Amino acid sequence: MRTLLFILISVQCTLAQKYKLDKSLVSFFSSAPIEDIRAGNTKSNSIFNLANGEIVISIPINQFQFDKALMQQHFNEKYMESGKYPRATFQGKISGIEKVQYQQEVLAIGIMNIHGVNQAIEIPGQLTLNKDQIDMKAVFKVILDDYKIKIPAIMWKNIAEEIEVTVNFIYKPYEN
Amino acid sequence: MKISIVLPLMIFNSIALFAQDDLMKLLEAELKEEPSEIIQTFDGSRVVNGHAAKALSKGELEFLIMHRFGRINSGAYNLFGLDQAFIRLGFEYGITDNMSIGLGRSSFDKSYDFYFKDKLISQRKNVSPVTVTLFSSLAINSSQRKIDFPDITFNDRLAFTNQLLIARKFNSKLSLQLMPVFVHTNVVDQDSEFNSLFALGFAGRYKLTKSLALTAEYYNRLNVKQNSVYNNPVAIGIDIETGGHVFQIHVTNAFGMIERAIIAETTGHFFRGDFNLGFNISRSFQLNKQKRSKSW
Repeated sequence: MRTLLFILISVQCTLAQKYKLDKSLVSFFSSAPIEDIRAGNTKSNSIFNLANGEIVISIPINQFQFDKALMQQHFNEKYMESGKYPRATFQGKISGIEKVQYQQEVLAIGIMNIHGVNQAIEIPGQLTLNKDQIDMKAVFKVILDDYKIKIPAIMWKNIAEEIEVTVNFIYKPYEN
Repeated sequence: MKISIVLPLMIFNSIALFAQDDLMKLLEAELKEEPSEIIQTFDGSRVVNGHAAKALSKGELEFLIMHRFGRINSGAYNLFGLDQAFIRLGFEYGITDNMSIGLGRSSFDKSYDFYFKDKLISQRKNVSPVTVTLFSSLAINSSQRKIDFPDITFNDRLAFTNQLLIARKFNSKLSLQLMPVFVHTNVVDQDSEFNSLFALGFAGRYKLTKSLALTAEYYNRLNVKQNSVYNNPVAIGIDIETGGHVFQIHVTNAFGMIERAIIAETTGHFFRGDFNLGFNISRSFQLNKQKRSKSW
């Protein structure tokens, strides 16, 4: 009976180690002969379980803000088809976390879904454990072809085939 | 005792196993989907001749060159109409995300036009099935000079248009639009025309590829005198969209590029071969770059 209690408590503890995204910026940058394109998104959702490193991220595609409004429309309409595929998601695990309060190099391994296409990926990044807050940062490349995002031939000088994505996440303990 | 250890362990393990999916479910439960606006019902600010139910975004400036050649059936002597040309140069600017103002100058009747477009309702899933845009314009015909017509007043030169553009994007390919319109021209030939003309327009777009679309437009004039010298305007075209530019190439029986001239003063029977080639080229500029991409 005591064991049961102990295990139940430990289960409770693992649940209590969940963190929820408090502040976020996902931005991307594309450099092509005619123009550089950048966009930022502060409307991501994510839950991170520090106990086992599991992480889920969901990014609303139509919340990417561009400097040019027309570009934003074309991004949603022609390339990402955000009406059909409203969110990009990542589902995986962060390995290499040491429970000490300093910045550390970690690796996120999991499945990325963009434009309705699943890809197994590994993303190196930095994770900082603070009291009541976890910071995560990562910079990685997304190859448009991997996710069946087609650029018309007429536009190849405007849009790069490889996009650099920067992620800045701040997590707070999950309360519910 | 054994069971009481094993059972919770099993539960614990299953929790660990399915935690990722559970996390996703937990996350999805938190997402609040706001019905997003249906965008890009039409690529350009014009379907062909007339306006599309679309307002520019805030700070967006569009420069539009419209060009109509002469009648194709005017023969080889006129190089099938290419010797002749009517042109309209215009600007449109987005004051807010739903409201635009514009001005232009057409060589047809030497008209200056000023207009205002206000998107009253946006098509949104489960909220509104259509986009409704109000279009209102004033056109000044400056072709009659004071020297030649000493009695002409400023009022005599004016024409007004009020129009509702009701559009629905049915899917990523097909968009249709209905346009009830009222055109009032201060001076017309009273024998054959009314000053106030009502018409109902129909327009559509069908995307063939991501950058190429087929368009069509027709205005049916509702109150027409028996001996009217004008006809209903018909237009069929293609749109080529390349980022900041929209190229529209079409055939139409209208020479005019403003509402009064398109709807009330189109000559020639489209289906008897009286049509001309034309094109619109638009270039979009973003004037207020907000650097929205970089802020938290």
